[in-house]
Amino acid sequence: MPEPPVPPEQPTPPQRPLRSMPPGPHLSGGGRAPEDGAIAATGMGGAMDLATEEGASLGKPPGPDAGGPQDRPRSLWSDAWRDLRRNPVFIVSALVILFLVVISLWPSAIASGNPLKCDLAKSQEGSQPGHPFGFNGQGCDVYTRTVYGARVSVTVGVCATLGVSILGSVLGGLAGFFGGVWDAILSRITDVFFAIPVVLGGLVLLSVVTSSTVWPVIGFMVLLGWPQISRIARGSVITTRQHDYVQAARALGASNSRMLLRHITPNAIAPVIVVATIALGTYISLEATLSFLGVGLKPPTVSWGIDISSASQYIRTAPHALLWPAGALAVTVLAFIMLGDAVRDALDPKLR
Amino acid sequence: MGRYVIRRLLQMIPVFIGATLLIFLMVNVMGDPVAGLCGDRQCDPATAAQLRKEFGLDKPVWQQYATYMGNVFTGDFGTAFNGQKVTELMSTAFPVTIRLTVVAILFEIVIGILLGVVTGLRRGRPVDTGVLLVTLVVISVPTFVTGLLLQLLLGVKWGWISPSVSSEAPFDELIVPGLVLASVSLAYVTRLTRTSIAENRRADYVRTAVAKGLPRRRVITRHLLRNSLIPVVTFIGTDIGALMGGAIVTERIFNIHGVGFQLYQGILRQNTQTVVGFVTVLVLVFLVANLLVDLLYAVLDPRIRYA
Repeated sequence: MPEPPVPPEQPTPPQRPLRSMPPGPHLSGGGRAPEDGAIAATGMGGAMDLATEEGASLGKPPGPDAGGPQDRPRSLWSDAWRDLRRNPVFIVSALVILFLVVISLWPSAIASGNPLKCDLAKSQEGSQPGHPFGFNGQGCDVYTRTVYGARVSVTVGVCATLGVSILGSVLGGLAGFFGGVWDAILSRITDVFFAIPVVLGGLVLLSVVTSSTVWPVIGFMVLLGWPQISRIARGSVITTRQHDYVQAARALGASNSRMLLRHITPNAIAPVIVVATIALGTYISLEATLSFLGVGLKPPTVSWGIDISSASQYIRTAPHALLWPAGALAVTVLAFIMLGDAVRDALDPKLR
Repeated sequence: MGRYVIRRLLQMIPVFIGATLLIFLMVNVMGDPVAGLCGDRQCDPATAAQLRKEFGLDKPVWQQYATYMGNVFTGDFGTAFNGQKVTELMSTAFPVTIRLTVVAILFEIVIGILLGVVTGLRRGRPVDTGVLLVTLVVISVPTFVTGLLLQLLLGVKWGWISPSVSSEAPFDELIVPGLVLASVSLAYVTRLTRTSIAENRRADYVRTAVAKGLPRRRVITRHLLRNSLIPVVTFIGTDIGALMGGAIVTERIFNIHGVGFQLYQGILRQNTQTVVGFVTVLVLVFLVANLLVDLLYAVLDPRIRYA
């Protein structure tokens, strides 16, 4: 098939724009366009950078090469769902996550023992019939503890992600929609939070908390995590706001709340969902890191982070007690990254 | 350019004040600095009151913050729990952490960019899929697990390195800790380079260079790499601050007496001046790194002009 005739070159604008951006995803660290603020969001670690980059590249308007709909028009979401059902990566990671949710709701379904029942005589022993993963330094069954640990880790991940997404997208979305002074203030506030390294903030804030529940940890993650989502949501809303259908709605006299809820939210939420999915994995990992530093969750809570950090003292004699919970943690984080990746690919109109 | 730098410097002032104030409040409001001074025993109320007066802790928090910042700008970071000057602690701790960060950044540049170029040029081949999978695994395993396992394997089982770093921390002892510190960012640099290379490979200027008959090596190094590395360089630049702040975990595993070690001690003993002092310097490093990266951006890509 012959190439269509090349359109004549666009006349170049007479004067150079003050600050022209090159084409392509030129984001500096942590998915930041330079006009976003003074600070890059690299403090959360590589997985979060991966997340923000994927979310930011999704928020861009489709390029001129995006083909129009060939057949019956479908919504972005039904299209994405059709893609996802055929994606083996999505199916595998969704099954892993489903399995995790099931065992965190009903851990006794696959582990009959009690995670707090320990026998010091069996300390650091290896795999035995009935105890496939062996015993940890305190003589507790590693298999039972790994299964029961899923509940706390998943709870922390889900609650922190929910809190971060709601707070971040509401603040970022409103700032992006209304602009002006509040937007500028919010951008400076996000800069302030990005300037504090996360692990450091966690150490300072959580070292004085004596509560042994999961809520201080979740609260800390929401406190230091919302700027990430807020920046993504703000960028996404600013892009969406300029679209013709929003202008049309405004011209028809739609109120701000109607424009936000009916037109902007459904079209701007995709990057937030992708970033939040990957962030869920990072929060689980962050909980483990904080527990390793001794400021996260505290025993007798059963979580992967606590088990990994208590096993680290016996790593020379009983590495299995560290490897099983660490493996479970890594598989969980990987599953959320893959899921976010698959959802991103399905939602990206450029890949159609 | 000059006006842009001034605007950015002005933007940094509120960020700097906000971040240091936040840490100051966290340390002061959440913990009691005097309790840390008395050790494990309960403080005698009269002694506590005397100490409070001596350190100015009976004044309102904003006044304490203002006094502290005033001292910092004259170079007085206060004293640590053992009576040592915080600036003395810094002069021993920062060189160690800077060495560790340099090792980590070198790993990111050499291995990360090399792997990214190789995979970006061979997109879809087995080597690409393999490296991508490895980067995902590295990203999903927490740094402290990677560190503990490498320490166990290389240091204890095989005896290639010494499992803990001596207090002088020369470069050769920091190779494995640097790799551990860099690991997650390394994986991300690989992915970033790969995406960038794969995208620019189809650009017109690469096709022109190939059509001119330039050798493949020259096309890749001069045309493709120069344009593809812009996002990578900016990421690595901003990562400097994140690495220095995130070194707490690595320094704890390998027993490195750097910034993370001092901060950890300061937090455990609730010593406001150590914690806030170190964090202030880290925030400054982070801010300056960000500014430099944005300026570097314009140098690397002449299409960008800052007005």
